[in-house]
Formats: sequence, structure tokens, C-alpha cells
Amino acid sequence: MSISIENISLIVGDEVYLKDISLKFESGSKNIFLGRTLAGKTSLLRILAGLDRPSSGKIFVDGKDVTGVSVRKRNISMVYQQFINYPSFTVYDNIASPLKVAGMEKRMIENKVREAAAMLHLEDMLDRMPAELSGGQQQRCAIARALVKDTNLLLLDEPLVNLDYKLREELQIDLQDIFKQRDAIVVYTSTEPSEALKLGGNIVILDEGRVLQTGITSEVFHKPARIKVAEVFSDPPINLINCHIEGSLFHLGQDVTFPLTGHLKSLISGDYIVGARSNHLHLTPQNETDIVIEAVLDLAEINGSETFFHVNYAGTKLVAQELGVYSKKIGSKILFYLDPANLFVFSKTGELILSPVNTSD
Amino acid sequence: MAKITLDNVAHSYIAKPKNETDYALRLIDNIWKDGGAYALLGPSGCGKTTLLNIISGLLTPSKGRVLFDGKDVTGLPPEKRNIAQVFQFPVLYDTMSVYNNLAFPLKNRGFNKADIEKRVLEVAQILDLTDSLKKKAAKLTADAKQKISLGRGLVRSDVAAILFDEPLTVIDPHLKWQLRCKLKQVHEQLKLTLLYVTHDQVEALTFADQVIVMYEGEIVQIGTPQELFENPSHKFVGYFIGSPGMNFLPCTIEGNQAMVGDIAIKLNDEAAALGSSAKGKIELGIRPLYLQIHNTQVKESVPAIVKSIEDHGNYKIVTVSLGENNILRARLPEGKHCPSEKAWLRFSENWIRLFSDDILLKK
Repeated sequence: MSISIENISLIVGDEVYLKDISLKFESGSKNIFLGRTLAGKTSLLRILAGLDRPSSGKIFVDGKDVTGVSVRKRNISMVYQQFINYPSFTVYDNIASPLKVAGMEKRMIENKVREAAAMLHLEDMLDRMPAELSGGQQQRCAIARALVKDTNLLLLDEPLVNLDYKLREELQIDLQDIFKQRDAIVVYTSTEPSEALKLGGNIVILDEGRVLQTGITSEVFHKPARIKVAEVFSDPPINLINCHIEGSLFHLGQDVTFPLTGHLKSLISGDYIVGARSNHLHLTPQNETDIVIEAVLDLAEINGSETFFHVNYAGTKLVAQELGVYSKKIGSKILFYLDPANLFVFSKTGELILSPVNTSD
Repeated sequence: MAKITLDNVAHSYIAKPKNETDYALRLIDNIWKDGGAYALLGPSGCGKTTLLNIISGLLTPSKGRVLFDGKDVTGLPPEKRNIAQVFQFPVLYDTMSVYNNLAFPLKNRGFNKADIEKRVLEVAQILDLTDSLKKKAAKLTADAKQKISLGRGLVRSDVAAILFDEPLTVIDPHLKWQLRCKLKQVHEQLKLTLLYVTHDQVEALTFADQVIVMYEGEIVQIGTPQELFENPSHKFVGYFIGSPGMNFLPCTIEGNQAMVGDIAIKLNDEAAALGSSAKGKIELGIRPLYLQIHNTQVKESVPAIVKSIEDHGNYKIVTVSLGENNILRARLPEGKHCPSEKAWLRFSENWIRLFSDDILLKK
């Protein structure tokens, strides 16, 4: 099966929720909608589900126009951010409900329910009522209900956001296996870059109701088409510094000058914005060609194994992430070493010109 | 600001608790320093919210006493304890301006107009809210609203402590960084006693000087982020802190080697000495960061099979199997090549920790 949406817009009053979106999804694909709050992720998901009608544009399933066809007539399951279960049903009956509605035979239902419960570690909870479960267990029950039926479109709207951190980490791993076993189109929304990277698959970067970029998740991470994409897809935030090129020399910020080398060689004279991810700013030189940035420490955060330095570099705020635990005084000067080979270069208007050569593959 | 003493506090939601498992909070006996930044970290159901409610006065403990600066406040309601609270969802007067929201706690206490204005402007300055003072609270973004919640605690110079209950849950990732930084700066500047409840280790570790890890109604460890990472006193802390958590392998100790089935892993002298005199079920623990993966056999490496590789952008998480049925996760730096099937695994000797019946072995 394939689903395509063409020129979808959603306008409510004078507010634009979605603007001219066209996308295509194939069976067995895993798709992530990544964007900040109010980017339009949930609106787009609801239109895909048939819960809402777009203001304009069409949705096709295998070439057939289904715009406006009720969700009941389509084979879809959806998991919402807030756990939704039938409060008066046991966990077993909650998970079984879509199969009962579909008129499946009792023995088959039991097999399917036990299988879904096992996947989500709910085997021992089947006799309980939702109110007797913790928040994490309730959401797993809702996910099991969505997975029990072989639907051809599985929509998950930030399904793990209300769960405990560790549980989230475990379910992210489990869900990858679950998605792999299915032939459905999976669409998963998230605000978190790390979650998107863990899930892999394809990504759609949304911002203010518009699609900024689509592609394979890790490729978009390594080649963000615009500054905005790099911002939405970096945690900690990506560092952006104004720079200027004159002849064969690169002038970064106010006081750093270095010759154009490696992937930067082809740049012509002019003004640019460079992007550096926080883990590429180091306290010690890694290469002979590293450039040195002197910044003033605003704050250091330690997470046990790493230190995040929030610094001020000539009026620009930067974040550096270094393995190890370092204590430095607020207000002290720190030297950071940065390999020019790791720099992204954007035009003044925010389009990607060059990205670092990805050496890991 | 106040020093908080928890004197043998325990709590049960059951009227007549019979045994230990009836207690949501087993037994807490602790002193938290004046001006400290503390985080209460643990999974849901560990008792952290119960403990927070006991400190704020929303809940009276079944047993024990709560003291602020030595004064018994166990029986006092929240409003008599001079506690400010910031909740998961911002609680504000939506129709009031930001200024009036900040001024509200002071007006309530009958401060005069000039003092109120001075204090509100000071706090607005600290929180970068000066430009928004005239706006209606309802018009603001979630992170600005949380700053106002915090600000309402800060305006009161007599506040004993500020309690935060998962304050960043509804905030977008990029704004979490900004808001957390602001919190840290406020703490550096004003030296308030702060208590922060969360299940998110990143928030707890980056915020607090001391992290209190709770598990099944008990405090399992109190320490700096570094102590929790390097020397988790309980297997639970090893698992809960770090992403992914610590790897554990059941083993026996033979001389200066830990034997995992017939695979030998070399120990340093300290670990070997601790291990050889230990009793109970012995397990070796190592963080994913301290496992190196090689293509070819290197000194003191053991053979392993690569099961999967996840690209996290800045690093990779590699899942490997070792021996019969041990699964380990290793963290591979960006740009480093990972073998696709057969690999050699090296344990950084000085980062191996040994546990006996779930408890860290130490000198």
C-alpha cells in the first residue's frame, strides 16, 4: 500500500496550521515527523488518519482519493500522547477491543492479545483495570491495542513523552523491533532529535506548518538543508557563528583566521554563517589544523560523564559538550579547539552550502 | 533559606500499615544543606513525589518529623512553611499581567507598593522578563510561563526553599537548555535551597550539586553526578543513570580475572582484592563508554558478536553479545568504524566495578 498527500493546507480562522504539504509513504516504511511544539505534527497526523479534513489538498491511498473518508472506514490505528483506555475494561479487554469490533474468532483474539501483551511486557497485568496500572503501563496498554490489529497505517503521536525516562529508553528499543515485524506504514511524531535518530527510518522536518526537509533520518542529520533544520535537529543546540571569507582566508567571528582547507576549499569570498555541533568543540587539540576559539564561561553543567560548557564568544552564545567531568569557574576564559573539517557552512539567508564529509561510513 | 532535616520520616497511604511493602516511603533520615541544589531522581512509584509533598506540607508523614532550620514544621500546612512551588504545568493567573502575577505573593502579604515594585523589577531582570511585564500571562509561551512560576517564588525574600516538580516536562528540547541554564544561574546568584523532582536523569544531573536517587520508597544513593556515574552504590543506580545504563555480567573471581563463563576479563589489583573476598552473587559492571570495540584482536580483548548499531548522530550505540547469553551495549565515538559481525571487545580496566548481591564493592 502507499499513501500520498498532495498540497495539503489547513487554515483555521486566519491561522495557518499546515501550508501546502505533499508527501508519500510506502508500506513497511517508518516515518518520523520531527518539529517543535506547534510545528503542525499532530495536525498532519490527524489529517492522515481522516480525523480532520484539510482546508485544501487531497489524500490518496493506492491512487484512490480518500480525502474526507471517515476514519471508521479505513484500516488505521493511532496512539495518542495522553493515554486513552476504556476505564471499565480489563487490560485484556482493552487490547482485544479492536479485534472484537472486527468480529474475529475468540481463539484468534486470545492468541493475538497475548502476543501483543508479551511484546509490551504486560503479560502479568491482563486481569487488571487501567486505573490499577502506573502511567507507563497504561500507555503500554494503549500501544498494545494499537498494535494488536494488523492495520496498514499505524500513527503514533509523541507516544512516549509522558513516560519515565528509562521506560522511554526501553520502549524506543522495543518499538524498533515491533515496527520491523510489520508491513504497515508507521508515522511517529517527536520533538526530540535523539528519539528521531534512535528510531531511524525516514524523517520529515516540520516547522510552522511547513515541510522544511525530508529524507533518510541520519542523512538529514548530517546534511541539514537549512539552518532551521539544523536547529530543530540538534540537541544540545547547534552553534552558529558569523564568518567572512576573503580570498583563501576564512575569518571566523572577530579574531580567528585560517586558510581554506578540505571541504571548505571551494568557497568564494563573501559572508557566511558556520554551524558547529557542540561535540566538535574540544578542550584539547585533536588535530594540527584545529582552530582555537577563546570564550568566556557562562555556566558549566555536568551530567556524570560529560560536561556542557555554555560560553559567550564575542557576543555569540555557544555550547560545547566534552566527555569527562571538568570544573571551571564562571567568568573564566576557556580555549576551545575546533576542526574546520567538522564545520557546516550556510549562506546568510540560511541555506546549506557545505556539510562536513561524513567519515563514519 | 533553610536547612531541611528529615528525621526518620516514613509514610504509608494505608491506614494501618502492616509490613514494609505497605510504605510508599520506607525510612528517610537526612539533612539537606541550606543553599544546596538537590534533585530527587527516580522512576514513577519510587516515592519522590510523596517525599516532596511531605516537605511542602501537602502531606503529613505517618512517622517522623520535618524540620526547617531546626524548627519542627511537621504539623504546619504549606502556606505556613514559606515554600514556593513550581509544578509540571504552569499555574498562573492567566488574566493578570506578568507584573501582577509576580507581585501577587507580595500583595497578599501586605507589602507596600514601592517595595513590591522594587522586588518585582529585580526578579524580572534576573529572569529576562522585563520586556514582558505588561503582557497578559495567557499570551506567553510555556517556558516563559514556567519562568513566571519560578519568579513568584523568587520575589519572596523569606522563602525557605523552592520546590520543582518536573518543571520542564512540557518544554521543547531547545528551550529546556535555556531554562535549565537560567535556573542554575539563579542558584549561583541567590544561593537558594532548591529541590527538584524528576525522572529525567539529564535534568537531575545537570541541575543538582547533590542527586538523591530513590527506588522503591528508599534513598539508594546521594551523591554528586560524577559519583553516581563512576561509583553507583547499587545496581539500580548504575542502570538508572547513564543512557544506556551500566552493563552487568554475572561472573566469578579467579585471581585477577573475572570469569564470565569461560571468558576471562582482567581486573586491576583493587577490584581483584575486593572481588576475591566478596560473598554472594557477584556481577561485573561497566559503562557503555568504557567498552572499546576493535576489528582485530588487541591486548586483553575478548571476542564478541555485533548485533546492532544505532546511529545517534554524535555517537553510535553498538549492541554486542558476549559468550552464551550476555548482551552488552557500547558507546562508539562519531567517525569510528564498527565491525559488522565479529568484533573484539576491550574492557577499560579501571572502570570495571564489581557488585555483590546488587551492592557496589568498595574499600
